[in-house]
Amino acid sequence: MMTSFLFRTLDAKAGVFIAILLAVIVAVPCFNLLVPETSSFHLPTYAVTLMGKYMTYALLALSVDLVWGFCGILSLGHGAFFALGGYAMGMYLMRQIGTRGVYGDPILPDFMVFLNWKELPWYWYGFDMFWFAAIMVMLVPGVLAFVFGWFAFRSRVTGVYLSIITQALTYALLLAFFRNDMGFGGNNGLTDFKDILGFDVQADTTRAGLFATSGLAVLICFLICRAITKSKLGKVLVAVRDAESRTRFLGYRVEHYKLFVWTISAMMAGIAGALYVPQVGIINPGEFAPANSIETVIWVAVGGRGTLVGAVIGAILVNFAKTWFTAALPDLWLFALGGLFVAVTLFLPKGIIGIAGDLMKKRKSTPSKETNDTSGPSATKTPDPEPAE
Amino acid sequence: MSRPNSLLYLDGVSVSFDGFKALNDLSMVIGPGEMRAIIGPNGAGKTTMMDVITGKTKPDTGEVYFNGVVDLTGEDEASIAELGIGRKFQKPTVFESHTIWDNLELALKGPRGPFATLFHRLSAEEEARINELLKVIRLGEKAHELAENLSHGQKQWLEIGMLLAQDPKLLLVDEPAAGMTDAETAETAELLKDIAKTHAVVVVEHDMTFIRALGVKVTCLAEGSVLAEGSLDYVSANERVVEVYLGR
Repeated sequence: MMTSFLFRTLDAKAGVFIAILLAVIVAVPCFNLLVPETSSFHLPTYAVTLMGKYMTYALLALSVDLVWGFCGILSLGHGAFFALGGYAMGMYLMRQIGTRGVYGDPILPDFMVFLNWKELPWYWYGFDMFWFAAIMVMLVPGVLAFVFGWFAFRSRVTGVYLSIITQALTYALLLAFFRNDMGFGGNNGLTDFKDILGFDVQADTTRAGLFATSGLAVLICFLICRAITKSKLGKVLVAVRDAESRTRFLGYRVEHYKLFVWTISAMMAGIAGALYVPQVGIINPGEFAPANSIETVIWVAVGGRGTLVGAVIGAILVNFAKTWFTAALPDLWLFALGGLFVAVTLFLPKGIIGIAGDLMKKRKSTPSKETNDTSGPSATKTPDPEPAE
Repeated sequence: MSRPNSLLYLDGVSVSFDGFKALNDLSMVIGPGEMRAIIGPNGAGKTTMMDVITGKTKPDTGEVYFNGVVDLTGEDEASIAELGIGRKFQKPTVFESHTIWDNLELALKGPRGPFATLFHRLSAEEEARINELLKVIRLGEKAHELAENLSHGQKQWLEIGMLLAQDPKLLLVDEPAAGMTDAETAETAELLKDIAKTHAVVVVEHDMTFIRALGVKVTCLAEGSVLAEGSLDYVSANERVVEVYLGR
């Protein structure tokens, strides 16, 4: 039943996307591991890790698109869920270090020994087991999102106000995690990881495996998001986005719908964070920075809001540009990012996917322009300013 | 009519916004299956009354009962809609980025919870019902076009269609003929009369030709309370109604 639920909504376009994604998931590790280093086709490990990082960003963007693109909840705090998932994974990785740490304590991570702590805080219990950490990766962001959403959506906080409190949420967590007393390594965060599931995190094969896992996570979450958005529930979400009170008067409990996608989305962001941490090798409070969450929204806007595929493309392209820019013209990156956002908002309200779609429509309709004119207006969707009666 | 055998029962309802009394001791009873037209000048409280009935606004004082027993003042919009009160807004409000078909599907009576809709699959009966409604509102040809491409009058009709899809016991219809041509207005009146055969309907309208075409009992509101009630001829002969609303 679950499989039919996931696959029954697939069409040709989604098929192409999945095929490309699968090809990348297979090809990247192959070019890294199987092609000899002397060959010019060899893909260096740092590139694999970089792409793995992009994949986790793509997953984060997907989760933002689910709530923003389809339900109109502009979250400027999704970085918080991403970072929480990252911390959960980081805690597992810390416990795997064992006696190999600088202080050689079999249980306490280095920073706790340094702070003269004698015992492991209760909330670190269980993180030596991968399955426990894996559950926490989804549970912690999920529960936080549920509680936050319960209060926010029930009180009917919407629009800009909701965006602002999501910023406050991530900022509050940023400040909290900076404190040494929190027991998460304060300023420095968690780092110096050795193993994941017994594999050396630095090894080429582990890196390739993490990349492939991130790619698969994007694929699975894409399928889930698509199944959700193409279901009747998805139609209700779009209805909420476009006319919230109308949806209420039809008998839908809007807050329940919002809470549902909001929680799912936070869990996806948590998974993204958990895959991000072993690849970059560190998690610190900086990940909670409000600017990170805003950047994620830009990726989605660039790719095309409410399209899912667009979110993935936007995240990868913008981050690719960021990598290139910060190496070539480091001072200009923030201007480029800001300019990009302004340009997209002004000229490409539907993002990259939007122009691609318009171009395809144009190509199709050019030969039969004369006969096809009646369906013309549907291509140009400017909201007509209708005088209120 | 007493409360137990009424469909909608408002007694002594008052609502004020920052000292302005939008509704002032309003009392009105709608019987099961009744059709009622409501007229009144701007600011008479017509829309506020609908807001109170549908749970958007809570009354400061007064009783609002549905079916004689359900106290509507304690319910929210979603549960009032579930009880069987449907509402059409003054400005046509449809889901612009959905197709006409999807608009009707969303309105169609059925379980409203997120998990029910997540795994919902359109049944043959539901499909037949949507097709039937498309015929009633005469949008069959456009079923798979986006609602944003409809004309103003078509949006009004689609919204009425969505109301019917909900299959409520009581329909609250706010200015259904606004912005329509004379021909469309006449057709809308016919459509509403048809609907009134099987549902209770409350229509708010300014268009007197339209009200006359409906040929039902009329309530005139002014300054938040009932000014006159009766047949259109009776109400239009009332001195006060002429003074505050119809003009001389």
